[in-house]
Amino acid sequence: MSSFLASTVSIAFHGIAFAMVLYLISVGLSVTMGLMGFVNLAHGVFAAVGGYLMTTLMNRSGVPFPLALVLAVSATAAGSVVLERLLYRRFYGGNELDQVLLTMGIVFMSVAAAKFVWGPLAQPMNPPAMLSGQIDLGFRQFPLYRSFLIVCGAVVVTTLWLMLERTRFGTQIRASVDNLRMAESVGIDTSGLFTRAFALGSGLAALGGALGADVLAVNPMYALENLVYFLIVVAVGGLGSIRGPFVAALVVGITDTAFKYIWPELGAFFIYALTMALLLWRPRGLFGQTA
Amino acid sequence: MKGPSAPTDLKQRTLDAFAGRHRLSPLEALPWLVAVAAFFVFPSYLALGSQVLATILFALSVDLVLGYAGIVTLGHAAFFGVGAYTAGILAARGWGEPISGLIAAAAVAGLVGLASGALILRTSGLTLLMQTLIVATMLLELANKAGTLTGGADGLQGMDVWPLLGLFRFDMFGRTAYLYCLVVLFAGWWCARRLVYSPFGRSLTGIRENEARMHAIGAPVARRRLVVYVISAALAGVSGALIAQTTQFVALGVLALERSGSVLIMLIIGGVGHLYGAFIGVPLYMIAQDRFSQIDPVYWYFWIGLFMVLVVVFAPGGVLGLCERLVRRWRAR
Repeated sequence: MSSFLASTVSIAFHGIAFAMVLYLISVGLSVTMGLMGFVNLAHGVFAAVGGYLMTTLMNRSGVPFPLALVLAVSATAAGSVVLERLLYRRFYGGNELDQVLLTMGIVFMSVAAAKFVWGPLAQPMNPPAMLSGQIDLGFRQFPLYRSFLIVCGAVVVTTLWLMLERTRFGTQIRASVDNLRMAESVGIDTSGLFTRAFALGSGLAALGGALGADVLAVNPMYALENLVYFLIVVAVGGLGSIRGPFVAALVVGITDTAFKYIWPELGAFFIYALTMALLLWRPRGLFGQTA
Repeated sequence: MKGPSAPTDLKQRTLDAFAGRHRLSPLEALPWLVAVAAFFVFPSYLALGSQVLATILFALSVDLVLGYAGIVTLGHAAFFGVGAYTAGILAARGWGEPISGLIAAAAVAGLVGLASGALILRTSGLTLLMQTLIVATMLLELANKAGTLTGGADGLQGMDVWPLLGLFRFDMFGRTAYLYCLVVLFAGWWCARRLVYSPFGRSLTGIRENEARMHAIGAPVARRRLVVYVISAALAGVSGALIAQTTQFVALGVLALERSGSVLIMLIIGGVGHLYGAFIGVPLYMIAQDRFSQIDPVYWYFWIGLFMVLVVVFAPGGVLGLCERLVRRWRAR
């Protein structure tokens, strides 16, 4: 019985850590799809860039962990603004198929570019001494770094929620998700709002990619092989919401970890079956506003 | 004098355009002339050529659901793969007759399309996209586990495909394979063309353009979407079977997301909803892929990606969309 309890706790712990990484990366995708009506299949590229910058700064240049994190996130967010202004902007609310072609092209280019710069192997993530080892919570030990991930996820969710509910920026986002033309008519600068929301989303993705580099290994195929996970989180959670992807990420993270542990030979089968069932039950996702 | 005649003239022209819409234009012979010419001009590329022809059929099947019925799918490899495995397993278990293999593949893929379509076609947008993707991925996992039947991750070995019509062996230069694929593609294209210009096809376009209005005028929207989904699945199955029979091998990749994604990309490059996007996009993409991977075996992904971005920026709507705009501008002058 105690071994059952121990593995349940362990599954829940690792599942939640995985869920936090998934959430950080996917929430921005939910916003771009819900707010701008843009299917950004290249969203994982921002997470990969964050992960690459983070590991490179730490492993090759010896930059300390917090500074590397700040640099990786801000550089990715700044880069994403350039991409948004130059390319994405003109396809907002347009033909979905052009969006798919554009963003898949960017994914392909990023795969080759990452292989060219960093080689085909996964980049190792070495947490700083302060965050490695175990933490004793009284009844058992937990890996410190993953506990740190969970805390980070919780902090980000709370901040995002407060921002969305309490600030002017958040109000403008909610108004534009609900009714874009009405939001424009009452004087919201949606163009500037899109850029800021996009930068925020890709910055969060970079944060997820950088912090989660030891959960989702940083390798050239990153944006492609994890795309399905990000899409599942967004579809199950519902578009344009902050809370939806959080619940969806928890469901996906914990179930995936649990079934890979209990029944490894069936691998990812259960997570797909579960997603299918959830989408049949609630086609707009758990917290979806717009279809 | 000019006043009254102009509207009737316009009306007559519009009527003529509608009445003659289904007639073959001389331009439609072009792909077939090119395909036959390629047989004689590039005898050493016939293996690639038959892959291109079979993939055109696959892209055509996607065009039926995506371009005409407006069903965005990222899981059409499900039907392609089921068709490939059906033909492959038949040939590996002692029934290598190719044409009945194709028919069996179409039937099985159509059944899978019926079962999955009845379940998922009620939704749209991202949800439908995810559901199609999941159907394909679950079939991939099943094929991976059913190793005794499919060969699992090692691929299906030991296919023995009998000579076509009992007369033509599948030779090592791929001559039989190329002509076989060409004839099957022609038959598939003919069916698709008949379908698109039939009243059924028009009602599909209506559903794509305005679903609520089609409901309002009493069209059985759900059933029509399901029917076209099944037809498209069967065509995709035939395409998979063609690849299986001509390469005499089936790997798990036939069911993978990469295949659903790449066929979608090829179709978008060509142009969606024109029936001919597949004939432009598939050769462009596959020949570019072949060339780039020979020039630069490691980084060819970069050039394909760049090509895709350039197409979207300079030719949104694909090559056919670009042609349409050019023609319209030329006519307006």
